[in-house]
Amino acid sequence: MTYWTLTESDIDRIAIGVGILGTGGGGSPYLQMLIAKQLLREGKRIRMIRPADLDPNAQIIGLGGIGAPTVSIEKMEEGFEGVRVLKAIEAHTGRKVDAVLGDEVGGGNGIYPMITAAHLDLPVVDADGMGRAFPEVQMTSFFAYGQASQPAALSDADGNTLVITQAKTPQMLEKLMRTATVAMGCTACMTTAPMTGDFVRRFGIAHTTSQAWTLGDAVIRAREAKTDPIAAILAEAGGTFLMTGKVTDIGRRIDGGFVRGTLTVAGLGADAGRTLVIDIQNEYLVATEDGKRIAMVPDLICIVDSETGRPIGTEEQRYGLRVAILSLPAPALLRTDVALALMGPRAFGYDFDFVPLGQSTEPAPVAAYRADHSLTPAS
Amino acid sequence: MTGMLRIGVDVGGTNTDAALLRGTKVLATIKTGTTADVTSGVGAAIRAVLLAAQVRASDVSGVMIGTTHFLNAVVEGKRLERVGILRLCGAATRSLPPMIDWPDRLRQLVDGGAALVGGGVNFDGSPIAPLDNAAIRAACRTWRAQGVASVAISAVFAQVDSRMEVEAAAIVAEEIPDVAVSLSHRIGRTGLLARESATILNASLHRLGAETVGAFRAAFAGLGLTCPLYLTQNDGTLMSADFAERHPVFTIASGPTNSMRGAAFLTGLSDAVVVDVGGTTTDVGMLVAGFPRNRSEGAVIGGIPTNFRVPDVFSFGLGGGSLILSGPPLAIGPASVGFRLPEKALCFGGDTLTATDIAVAAGLVTLGDPSRVRHLDATLVKAALAKMKADVETVIDRMKPSADPVPAVLVGGGSVMIDGLLAGTSVSLRPDHFGSANAIGAAIAQVSGEVDRVVALEGTTREKALEGIVAEARLRAVEAGANPSSVQIAELEETPLSYLPGNAVRIAAKVVGDLAL
Repeated sequence: MTYWTLTESDIDRIAIGVGILGTGGGGSPYLQMLIAKQLLREGKRIRMIRPADLDPNAQIIGLGGIGAPTVSIEKMEEGFEGVRVLKAIEAHTGRKVDAVLGDEVGGGNGIYPMITAAHLDLPVVDADGMGRAFPEVQMTSFFAYGQASQPAALSDADGNTLVITQAKTPQMLEKLMRTATVAMGCTACMTTAPMTGDFVRRFGIAHTTSQAWTLGDAVIRAREAKTDPIAAILAEAGGTFLMTGKVTDIGRRIDGGFVRGTLTVAGLGADAGRTLVIDIQNEYLVATEDGKRIAMVPDLICIVDSETGRPIGTEEQRYGLRVAILSLPAPALLRTDVALALMGPRAFGYDFDFVPLGQSTEPAPVAAYRADHSLTPAS
Repeated sequence: MTGMLRIGVDVGGTNTDAALLRGTKVLATIKTGTTADVTSGVGAAIRAVLLAAQVRASDVSGVMIGTTHFLNAVVEGKRLERVGILRLCGAATRSLPPMIDWPDRLRQLVDGGAALVGGGVNFDGSPIAPLDNAAIRAACRTWRAQGVASVAISAVFAQVDSRMEVEAAAIVAEEIPDVAVSLSHRIGRTGLLARESATILNASLHRLGAETVGAFRAAFAGLGLTCPLYLTQNDGTLMSADFAERHPVFTIASGPTNSMRGAAFLTGLSDAVVVDVGGTTTDVGMLVAGFPRNRSEGAVIGGIPTNFRVPDVFSFGLGGGSLILSGPPLAIGPASVGFRLPEKALCFGGDTLTATDIAVAAGLVTLGDPSRVRHLDATLVKAALAKMKADVETVIDRMKPSADPVPAVLVGGGSVMIDGLLAGTSVSLRPDHFGSANAIGAAIAQVSGEVDRVVALEGTTREKALEGIVAEARLRAVEAGANPSSVQIAELEETPLSYLPGNAVRIAAKVVGDLAL
């Protein structure tokens, strides 16, 4: 079998990349990065597997953190929440889980499934359901293309574990999960219905951990060589450069548990005289210039520090920050009518249809995938 | 504080500044060299400033010291104590053991062993697990056997309910005679790992804190000072020497705050941009309601991420000692002759063209022998002054809260190089005593109280929750020495918890008041 076995320096790169793919949301990957590196230091291993290499009949679950970031930095994970969730699903389905993945590559959840994988020595699929960050559980390519809304499971640090055996719609599942999470102290680990290897091969966004690594590697190499990290990101991700500028206004409010607002950026240098307005709803959603929409969800709008390439989250935006704004094309799986109904502009309350920017391309897997015969089970 | 005599001392890397004030009037300022042991330099500065103002030591009502001594101890990894680490967490948090993000060298010096035991609460105050007395006693016996005499205790959501930390401290004191205990709810804010790191740092500085404060007290007695001693802390407010002895970590980032507070005092401005030009670097920060605006992320101390709020200061390599390369292209700094300015600069007979020489050639200041810089090309002088000013203007624009012009205050010895109105500012002021703004800032410092907590609004109202938090902050300020009638709210932040429909908010309150002398 062919695997990519992660090192500590891979985790550093992935942590930067998942920040960029977080499109302003998804939560900080810092603590997840520390946990993953600690497990490697203890001798555990984290192996990535390409979706194309999955057994079509394999049973796969997605793992992620759910809750309030403010709480998750105080009552951090016990570490085995994901293991309990996985065992609960195995017990419920009567089938072993063969691999895990993250539903959301953007932010801390881009590293999250690696923790459980390291404990159980299971591979992590180099794919997710968003290719970015989204605020709600049902906003994934998996749900768009028919993933069942049950069973699902939650577990907290104290060991409380809940299996949802029946939810009539993905929206109801989202509601049940949020409510249970509040009862669990506002932070928990979640999974949605198990998927087959074949389903993940067809409907997973492929190679997004590879993409995060490639983005992080480009930023780190540009910093070391003292060259432009923005150019390096664009060269690797093939996105569209929108503007370099300075934040001149930021309006934010919390509404129904979500951060909403607008960000105004005035162009600098070659972009002097231009103004971009970005709508925020936990993530950066729509970029507008002179009343004309130039980029919109589900395409990725990424904002990074224009000097260092460091991704900047919606909550840390303030007047005077020097930023570069980029748009990366959403994966083709998110640009279809069924996906747009869940993750397009109208799903966020806008009254206009999605207009794509740039061609969707599938990110390449990293070159570090190697055939590893030592891992092939003896027959 | 009318008529009261106060001495402020700021101990920097190169210079120790002292200022003597009567009420709001500056009587004298003095600059001396910083000494390796810190205390003898502080003693010399106080003696000199008393002499300059012709004031008797016994007439002084308070001495306020800002020092980088404890920061240096951490950065250099010297004189740190081994710490026993107690985390009250139940099963939670175990994926991130204490000190996981410390540099190896500091961890090896400080780690005296960690025990993660039953305890801690959820954000709504419900217990995660009961306090595990037996496990605490077992850990203490191990520490006692190994000679560990300082213990850091951190409980999950200790800001919501601190009782378990206090209870655990009592058990630790029973088991380890003469133990020093640092409690996380008195040290930091929400974010367990970072708050725990700050608590461990505090515990590791405990002995040095006692020694340093003891040495200051001895120096005071030698000078005939009988007044109380205070140290300035990270947010620019004061703590008593007794409190500082137990909380040395609070002094660790107090540096830039003092000069910004001094700038506010010297100009009477409460909202302004402060430009502090030293020998090697320029620090630019914003004053908001009389206090420095803080960074959104916590301070990183000696490579250790903490969640201390520290001023949001942009530092860059421009100072009186900055090297000038006439080019083309013209380049100024970041290399600097630093403290060797008096021997290296052209105007002092040296061989190096520095930013100070440009200021002397332009007639902005008289230093050394102006005839030694008379040969400098007038075009170069003009271009260099314009570039320094433009560099400062770019940083001011980066720091401003909005596009509206703000008043600028220039302080620090090197600020003479910046001439005329700065772009983006409504007025550019260089007040009297601008060279000693840091010591003056220490002298006029106030006292504060701070509380930061996640509150569930079930069974209470938002107004009641806010009121309760402010009252608690007020109580802390009075405990720290504030005159109760002078206490005012300085910061009140309310953040609803995102991604959740529930009714929980995080409230952070800070109050400040005048020192009751």
